[in-house]
Amino acid sequence: MEEFAALLDALVYTTSRNRKLTLIATYLRAAPDPDRGWALAGLTGGLDFPAVKSSTIRNLMMERVDPVLWTLSRDFVGDTAETASLLWPEPEDPVPQEALSLAEVVDRLAALTRATAPRELPALFDRLDARGRFALIKLATGGMRVGVSARLAKTAFAQAFDVAVEAVEEYWHALEPPYAELFDWATGAAPPPDLANVPRFRPFMLAHPLEDGEVDLADYAAEWKWDGIRVQLVRAGGATRVYSRSGDDISATFPELLDALAVDAVLDGELLVRGSAQGGEAGGAASFNALQQRLGRKSVSGKMLREYPAFVRLYDVLLLDGQDWREHPWKSRRATLEALMERLPATHFDLSALVEAEDFAHLARIRDTARDEAIEGLMLKHRESPYVAGRKVGHWFKWKRDPLLVDCVLMYAQRGSGKRSSFYSDYTFGCWAGDPDQGAELLPVGKAYSGFTDAELKMLDKFVRQHTLNRFGPVREVERKLVFEVAFDSVHASKRHKSGLAMRFPRIHRIRWDKPAHEADRIEGLRALIKD
Amino acid sequence: MSAPFSWIRPEPQGIYIAPADVWVDPSRPVPRALVTHGHADHARGGHGQTIATPATLAIMELRYNTREGASPVAYGESVCIGGDVTATFLPAGHVLGSAQILLEHAGERVIITGDYKRAPDPTCTPFAVTPCDIFITEATFGLPVFTHPPIREEISKLLKSLTDEPESCVLVGAYALGKAQRVIAELRASGHHDTIWLHGAMEAMCRLYEQHGVALGDLRLVSDAPSKEALRGSIVIAPPSALNDRWSRRLPDPVTAMASGWMRVRGRARQRGVELPLVISDHADWNELTQTIAEVNPHETWITHGREEALLRWCELGQRRARALALVGYEDEDD
Repeated sequence: MEEFAALLDALVYTTSRNRKLTLIATYLRAAPDPDRGWALAGLTGGLDFPAVKSSTIRNLMMERVDPVLWTLSRDFVGDTAETASLLWPEPEDPVPQEALSLAEVVDRLAALTRATAPRELPALFDRLDARGRFALIKLATGGMRVGVSARLAKTAFAQAFDVAVEAVEEYWHALEPPYAELFDWATGAAPPPDLANVPRFRPFMLAHPLEDGEVDLADYAAEWKWDGIRVQLVRAGGATRVYSRSGDDISATFPELLDALAVDAVLDGELLVRGSAQGGEAGGAASFNALQQRLGRKSVSGKMLREYPAFVRLYDVLLLDGQDWREHPWKSRRATLEALMERLPATHFDLSALVEAEDFAHLARIRDTARDEAIEGLMLKHRESPYVAGRKVGHWFKWKRDPLLVDCVLMYAQRGSGKRSSFYSDYTFGCWAGDPDQGAELLPVGKAYSGFTDAELKMLDKFVRQHTLNRFGPVREVERKLVFEVAFDSVHASKRHKSGLAMRFPRIHRIRWDKPAHEADRIEGLRALIKD
Repeated sequence: MSAPFSWIRPEPQGIYIAPADVWVDPSRPVPRALVTHGHADHARGGHGQTIATPATLAIMELRYNTREGASPVAYGESVCIGGDVTATFLPAGHVLGSAQILLEHAGERVIITGDYKRAPDPTCTPFAVTPCDIFITEATFGLPVFTHPPIREEISKLLKSLTDEPESCVLVGAYALGKAQRVIAELRASGHHDTIWLHGAMEAMCRLYEQHGVALGDLRLVSDAPSKEALRGSIVIAPPSALNDRWSRRLPDPVTAMASGWMRVRGRARQRGVELPLVISDHADWNELTQTIAEVNPHETWITHGREEALLRWCELGQRRARALALVGYEDEDD
């Protein structure tokens, strides 16, 4: 446990990617089994201990530390795990005990229930120092936030044992922590795992944003960028799975798709629900807002299935009938996919159509005048590109339409966490419910925490501190005087907010230090942009 | 007879002693000022008369290039400052020359701590616990998460990084007055006698410390280094503002360290791009603050600057009278 805690701490303070890789690789080579497998699972978010929540930790602390002092400390530090690790009252006369191994910690966390956790956790805390407690709580509650992506961890694994990262990616998703077979293979102790008949996730191919440049349409094909969720459908060994972009198995949320795919294949597409907002009245898709009704459910009612029927608009084919198409150019995969369509039921699958244009300027006009406002923009795919994991420059580009803009007034600010702890970095802003000069009030329309530079963050933080009207724990209410030009992708009707509106992807586009608050936009203006 | 303690009152720009017409650590120029220590946010220039310890006055002279109006007072010495008010300067243990100021008037005793710490420091005289009626304390690290570990542990971390990465240098961000000299003195006490390289902004203050009897060993300026190679395997000390500045590009693969009490919190270290956080502070940590209030055991505690809410809460829990003063202009960013 001590080595893992030291690794986490070192990762927190290391900004260089190469140093992070070296740190993880060195740990993976030195640590024993199964500790290193659990560490890998912890770093990549592969562990879940449902008995321990952030609130479990908070409650433990509240019994030992004055609640006011706890809250003030938590607000300042910006991280519950770190605050608890620092404030835990260490035993006066610690009983000397053998050091905890990571595997032992994992076993004990896995055995916890809601009822036993408050009793068992303190005994673990007492055996660790502040750094160890931090690691333990992060491990238990999930979300390391040490700047290590799953991809980086896999790359470090490949580096540690001198194996190909592509091979690691292949096996990874079919194996369970602590990945004994993966370590056995990588260290040469065993042959590669046999996974031919196991449905498993393959990493997605991703796109770079097309900044200012142009592409030649002789080399690139264009497709709409549909606004649903990217999914991978896998059928192997008689079982079908639906995976989200991060590789999570979301099959249970979309049971109608499981029966619809009868071909052994791995397919890449956009999951949508039926409607008329994207791609026309007949056979079209509803807005993302409608799809949201279906997301995050562990079981689905018949009513849900009828009201929001899901289907997949296909982009690509990775495997088909036992053949791996990933090495083949996009144009061959596209032809394969088009031919495949007649074997798939039209009720649950359609093909993402190509957008034909004479040249790039023509394509730009098509993008700007597209009737269906819910489409996010265009994808540009190199006709010769293989299907590779992650973002490779030059293969695929996303060319988003220009965002919508609205002028809003800052109303509340909340402290951030992690790198932004103690800065007021999360902003709630509103639009006028009528004529501000006639006494209309502001209603919150959204919240954003990105789009500004570090230097601007410092200025905003200072503004918040100097114009505070009220404090509510970590939230400050500020004077209604600062205008943000907020960029967003679309706006939808929502019952959750008093304004009746919810923005998609709001971010701070510009800070209008110069603009008087009463000149900010009104709710009616924003409501006119609703398309669903 | 006026109300108790009405002769001393907090104003936004400092603490004012009415019968003597004197300010303590005022944030703007005044005719007469008592100054607790030499940090710029407490020792501003331009006062008509400045009453402070000889070391503090020397630091102010170095900074503002004038000795005009300087009235030195030694530790333990009491002076009458007018209006039947006596001021006594007592060691605060913060930096060289730092003092608490004991003010006495009409049988009432008030102590203004300025900034202080209780942990041992080879570069300055330790804090003296002194009884009083009103204790006016700082609260820079007034949250229970702030506990500063023994400095030797942090110095060992620094030396270990030096041996772990012999091809790099360790660049330590440290406040130019006090922190830098303390880190150097502790490195020497831990047996590190190699040349320590300084940013130009450190040089004059280090020389001043040596003139006041604090030995710092072999110090040289980075600008005088014969080559970049000469700095490999060495410690370089610079003000925190230089850490991510163009200046640091002249160093060979520096590991960025920072000596500050804020380094206790990971987010603070990450905000500054610090790779090697050293929890070293010249301020009292939470335990020192609460221990000091308990030992001094005043009738009432006033809290000047920092995270006063938590310290107020602690006083409330212990049924101690306390209030927070809203003073402006004291900074705590880099310590």
